Amino acid sequence: MDALFSLIQGFGVLADPANILYMMIGVLLGVLIGVLPGLGGANGVAILLPLTFSMSPTSAIIMLSCIYWGALFGGAVTSILFNIPGEPWSVATTFDGHPMALQGRAGEALTAAFTASFFGALLAVILITFFAPLVANFALRFGPPEFFAVQLLTFASFVGLDRSSPFKTLASMMIGFALAAVGIDIVTGQLRLTFGSHELLRGFDFLVAVIGLFGVGEILLSMETGLAFKGASARISPTVVLQTWAKLPQYWATALRGCVIGCWMGIKPGGATPASFMSYGIAKRLSKNGHKFGTGELEGVVAPEAAAHAAGTTALLPMLTLGIPGSPTAAVMLGGLLIWGLQPGPLLFIEQKEFVWGLIASMYLGNLAGLIVVLTTVPLFAAILRIPFSIIAPIIIAICAVGAYTVHNALLDVSIMLLFGVVGYVFKKLSYPLAPLVLALVLGDLAETSFRQSMLISDGSLRIFWSNWLVGGICTLAVILAIWPLISIGLGRWRRGRLAAAAD
Amino acid sequence: MQSPKTTGLRRAGLAIGALALAVLPAMAQAEWKPTRNIEFIVPAGTGGGADQMARMIQGVVEKNNLIDKSIVVINKSGGAGAEGFLDVKGSAGDPHKIIITLSNLFTTPLATGVPFSWEDLTPVAMLALDEFVLWVNASEPSNTAQEYVEAAKKAGEGAYKMAGTGSKQEDQIITAGIEQSTGAKFTYVPFKGGGDVATQLVGGHVNSTVNNPIEAVAHWRSGALKPLCVFDKEPMKYTDKLTETMAWSDIPTCRSAGIEMDYLMLRGIFTTPGATQEQVDFYVDLFQKVRETPEWKDFMAKGAFNTTFMSGDEFKTWLQETNTRHKDLMSKAGFLAQ
Amino acid sequence: MDREEEAQSPSVVSTRLMEIVVALIIMAFGGLVIWDSIRLGWRWGLEGPQAGYFPFRVGVLIVLSSAVTLAIALFRRRREAGVFVRRHELMRVVRVLIPSAIFVFLIGYIGIYIAMAFFIAFFMWWHGRFPILKSAPVAILVPLGLFFMFELWFLIPLPKGPIEEWLGF
Repeated sequence: MDALFSLIQGFGVLADPANILYMMIGVLLGVLIGVLPGLGGANGVAILLPLTFSMSPTSAIIMLSCIYWGALFGGAVTSILFNIPGEPWSVATTFDGHPMALQGRAGEALTAAFTASFFGALLAVILITFFAPLVANFALRFGPPEFFAVQLLTFASFVGLDRSSPFKTLASMMIGFALAAVGIDIVTGQLRLTFGSHELLRGFDFLVAVIGLFGVGEILLSMETGLAFKGASARISPTVVLQTWAKLPQYWATALRGCVIGCWMGIKPGGATPASFMSYGIAKRLSKNGHKFGTGELEGVVAPEAAAHAAGTTALLPMLTLGIPGSPTAAVMLGGLLIWGLQPGPLLFIEQKEFVWGLIASMYLGNLAGLIVVLTTVPLFAAILRIPFSIIAPIIIAICAVGAYTVHNALLDVSIMLLFGVVGYVFKKLSYPLAPLVLALVLGDLAETSFRQSMLISDGSLRIFWSNWLVGGICTLAVILAIWPLISIGLGRWRRGRLAAAAD
Repeated sequence: MQSPKTTGLRRAGLAIGALALAVLPAMAQAEWKPTRNIEFIVPAGTGGGADQMARMIQGVVEKNNLIDKSIVVINKSGGAGAEGFLDVKGSAGDPHKIIITLSNLFTTPLATGVPFSWEDLTPVAMLALDEFVLWVNASEPSNTAQEYVEAAKKAGEGAYKMAGTGSKQEDQIITAGIEQSTGAKFTYVPFKGGGDVATQLVGGHVNSTVNNPIEAVAHWRSGALKPLCVFDKEPMKYTDKLTETMAWSDIPTCRSAGIEMDYLMLRGIFTTPGATQEQVDFYVDLFQKVRETPEWKDFMAKGAFNTTFMSGDEFKTWLQETNTRHKDLMSKAGFLAQ
Repeated sequence: MDREEEAQSPSVVSTRLMEIVVALIIMAFGGLVIWDSIRLGWRWGLEGPQAGYFPFRVGVLIVLSSAVTLAIALFRRRREAGVFVRRHELMRVVRVLIPSAIFVFLIGYIGIYIAMAFFIAFFMWWHGRFPILKSAPVAILVPLGLFFMFELWFLIPLPKGPIEEWLGF
């Protein structure tokens, strides 16, 4: 009950109208930053950090964290409307969100995405409020082998998800791994696959690749079939929000699973992106509509969004309690704490009560404000689809170019984005799946690094992956998930066999 | 293109004025001022030590109105920072660009063979030096560096794990220094950032680290980590008690514990090649003003920085020596690119 | 072009040919990865895998999986393979791709804002037949809005050309 009392005090901090104002500014800015591809929550917070210098730390963190909530909400918008993931964690949202928009159900998809996000955030904040210290200690149990196990689990929950040729899936995933290896190797400090080019030093950024593969590729594909977005003619009424809400409760199990995955992945530095992929993959396996995922299922939007926002929220927890960032955005905020003269870490909860509980209270209100802001814009965003293609297409391409540039401030990235666009177009037409490539690109480097760190620690013995219940449990789960398709075939046969036997 | 026409006409007058000033520098008081926003390159990712310092400077400059234009922080972390250094090296003649350095100014070209060195840039000033401390988990039985090294030797070659940031960079150089001086052998496990490294130590996944003070201080105060020695020639100067019994100044030097190794990391500012003396003077002056602000002093104390300031020839001599030292340390450790 | 013509529009590339070409390109890419991995060391070293250990295996898998795709495409009978792209479809794609490529190319010389204005105006005229009076406001306002947002508000410098420099940015 201590926590509850402190939380009420926290809301007291928010009663200051200035803080409410900062909160609203933060949310609006965040949505804008989230909508723009390339520009992420981390950039948004970093850019505004120096401006917060003259505010009180509490106001500053409220504004910055609200930018973060806004960005978490906003990422879904362009994913659904244009197949362009505004943020890395909204890639999985494109899989079902964009097909829905093409069917004229953009409003429905957006509402589901925002609502699921809010649900994820709410659960995560409740977790933070009541179990912060407990959860933080759990994060400390993650060493390199545990990290690798989690990454393995993410892959395992996602592979074998589509019906394209297994050889094409393999090629696509391996291309992703190869691209992820470009640049400096953390373990040995050697330059890999740069072939002496200075431009390749920075490697291939995940965001540049997805903006090209998904965004530009999609424009080329829709161009081929004619000059229009297919969803353009759909009528959008403001009641779409209510209609969608009526449909959502049936997906409570998926949303809850997403939240659990998200909360867990957010706490240890795995983050929102793997969480969204894992949640989508597991939802697809467990849902009775799993075979329809990818064609515009509402459930396929709910799963990744709930996980991403839950992960994004709990990622702040290790920052506050341990002084370790759970996500790039949290890393920048951590820098902020130091600049404002606060010491992040275990003592923050004791020494800076007002700050911590003000922040936690603002998580509740900020997310609520975010939800209201984005829901009111649903009809507006959906109406963008009615703008003639010949106006919106060049604007999208231009904004993609801006997005690709801002990731690393590199001009070559814009050309690379365009090249990825052509690759995306050709791959899609030849039914090479893009999702394995993207997943390998985002996780490949991390998985390889943690594997090799584990090998350094264990002197090259693979037994380290079954050395305690945590890592062993995750690894076993990964193996089960990886062979799940075989198990489900086996189960099906067995059941049919029993039915046949019963009929005899 | 006619888009910014209206603003263009208004600004044209300003531009001509600026042009006139640019033509007459020899006659005027030879004072240079930035005419555009200054790009502040960070050759490391967002959230790291250099990034924090750069954004801190940006904030201090903004808050105290030290210049008319803004400072814009840009991260270029590719290739262990090589991307950022190459960018500055390639921007000769553009005085509106500065870069903050880590030790990767010296280590990256040596370890990867990417062609740049401090001499390709124009040195402005040394802002501070970052200390390194040998940390262990609080549950570690050894209470001094000597005991710890003995325990590592007894456990056998490579049995003790030392975590650090990056490969063939400052943390691994220090580890190699400890090994050469004492004969103990550690297994060095590289991680991406200092925060990760400290967390791995708190979680007990490795035995020790050589984190900067600011990366580990929170865990020290909460009782999760303990410092054994500092890799400096003399103890740190900060005497405020951080835990029940200890201040930064109470940490003994590693040399006093028989580890013949000291290492400080440069937090310095450089600008583009070909910058004039007036331009360098402008930046030196700016950073001296930054150093005078209470926010900066507070920041230095929090991170227990060594606040030595240098510019001009003194700084160049220091750079020369430090570069030679890195070559020496890295070739002994076998870290040079073939 | 009307429906009838579209249906008769000749095929430019067959899916089979495209499968073969793409598989070959991917194999070449895999070869490149293998080549660099051998330089880095592709074995299991004393302290676990070397820098090229994983890339080497990844490269081998790329080559092998594409070889299978290639073989399937080669042995498939010609008639079964469909059309990859018809001429009118290719023309439409090219009509987006070429202006985009020119736009990206121009960014390096005249800056992103001016290049964007030209690109949007041209695209609207070429694809939508919008008169200049209708396209000009869009082509001017979008870059101008982005300029204010990025350069002045967020303080993120985007590539700029001589005109912006002349204006003092």
